[in-house]
Amino acid sequence: MEIKFTHHQSAHCENGVVSNLMKHNGFNVSEPMVFGIGSGLLFCYIPLLMVNHAPAITYRAMPGFIFKRFAKRVGIKIKREKFKDPKKAKERLDENLNNNNPVGLQVGVYNLVYFPDEYRFHFNAHNLVVYGKEDNTYLISDPVMEEVTTLTDKQLEKVRFAKGAFAPKGHIYYPTDFPKELQLESAIKKGIKQTCREMLAPMPIVGVRGIRVVAKLIRKWPKKKGIKVANHYLGQIVRMQEEIGTGGGGFRYIFAAFLQESSKILNNEKLAELSKEMTQIGDLWRDFAVDASRIYKNRGAKVDGYDDVATQLEVIADKEEIFFKKLKKAI
Amino acid sequence: MKKNEVPQDKSNLESANFKELCYAVDENGEYTTVNSTGWDPKTIALDNAIEEINARVANAKNRVDNNQTSPLEYYMELHKMDINILASYVGLWKWRVKRHFKPSVFKKLSERTLQKYADVFEISVEQLKNIDYGN
Repeated sequence: MEIKFTHHQSAHCENGVVSNLMKHNGFNVSEPMVFGIGSGLLFCYIPLLMVNHAPAITYRAMPGFIFKRFAKRVGIKIKREKFKDPKKAKERLDENLNNNNPVGLQVGVYNLVYFPDEYRFHFNAHNLVVYGKEDNTYLISDPVMEEVTTLTDKQLEKVRFAKGAFAPKGHIYYPTDFPKELQLESAIKKGIKQTCREMLAPMPIVGVRGIRVVAKLIRKWPKKKGIKVANHYLGQIVRMQEEIGTGGGGFRYIFAAFLQESSKILNNEKLAELSKEMTQIGDLWRDFAVDASRIYKNRGAKVDGYDDVATQLEVIADKEEIFFKKLKKAI
Repeated sequence: MKKNEVPQDKSNLESANFKELCYAVDENGEYTTVNSTGWDPKTIALDNAIEEINARVANAKNRVDNNQTSPLEYYMELHKMDINILASYVGLWKWRVKRHFKPSVFKKLSERTLQKYADVFEISVEQLKNIDYGN
């Protein structure tokens, strides 16, 4: 059976799933809207945690948070469930499909067979929609893919029960209850306020302060860890920033698109101006990635290359600090 | 980033025949989406990461051959895992997995435990015991 479901490609999986599920239920909510209202933008350096043998940095909110906040702020209800038993997880999925209800799933990327091999790492916070089943094959709408695809029941079970950090445990979620009209205005304001609060948080590892901490670390790495390890770490920073489906500048461009859309909804000219400013900051992030990649491309890089990119990050941190202070005042 | 600045570099995405979506501004300053075939800084970072993994696999293989570690470590690296991930897949404490990396301990492992590991790596116990098996 196949549910009539329109697949829209998105830059990031969680926003994409939420946006696609909303559209399916008759609410035209764009990906940037979901991202902004759900306060998806973040910068956080997570000390002690190593991902792919390198320090962990995240450019976005914890998996699942975006949808949770979005739902609360616009007034929809979501149902989510996790399972111990793969059989039960499958039953619940089939039940929903039989009820003509497409659902979101959290999955691990490593065994996602339709991804290019090089992209298959043990990353467990990917999201996709299942919108039907034919025999033993599930119909999959993966928002970062251009087209819809399929997975057999075995393949799907494997990715739903991937292990490691953020193990999905068969996590299934879908909206259950909608208001007559979404309360976008207040939701946008709440989303922006939280992002400002987090980016300006008085904590050393979060937001603009987190960016500065990472800049400092980058200066230290070549001396402390040696060029080889330092290059690997730097490469990981860029990979996490430009991770598949985030399309450049981390999430800055999506946030800028959100501000632009919001300025029209709220009739607030200032947000349109700030959107432009965020676009420029996104460009700076890209320049950083380009220069960092020059360093880890040439193995024998000089130490001052690291100082240069660290300085770039500090400039970005300063700009973002000013930016979020202005944004806070603008709403 | 302007619409015409969205990078269209060669990348590993090509092999799977898909393009990713980017947000960029058009001539009128309005945000829109553009598909991208890839971007060099990203591709280089990914290539480096893969090279790093290959080096780790080769190193692990060497150490298995020299009886310095058990095949488990080799298969762990081959599957891009670390001890945390392997331990959670096999359902054992981290320190036990680490201990199983000792060739002397590995040799004494029960058939049941070996099967658990073999299932995680989707290979037979024979393959698990001998990394050159079938190659």
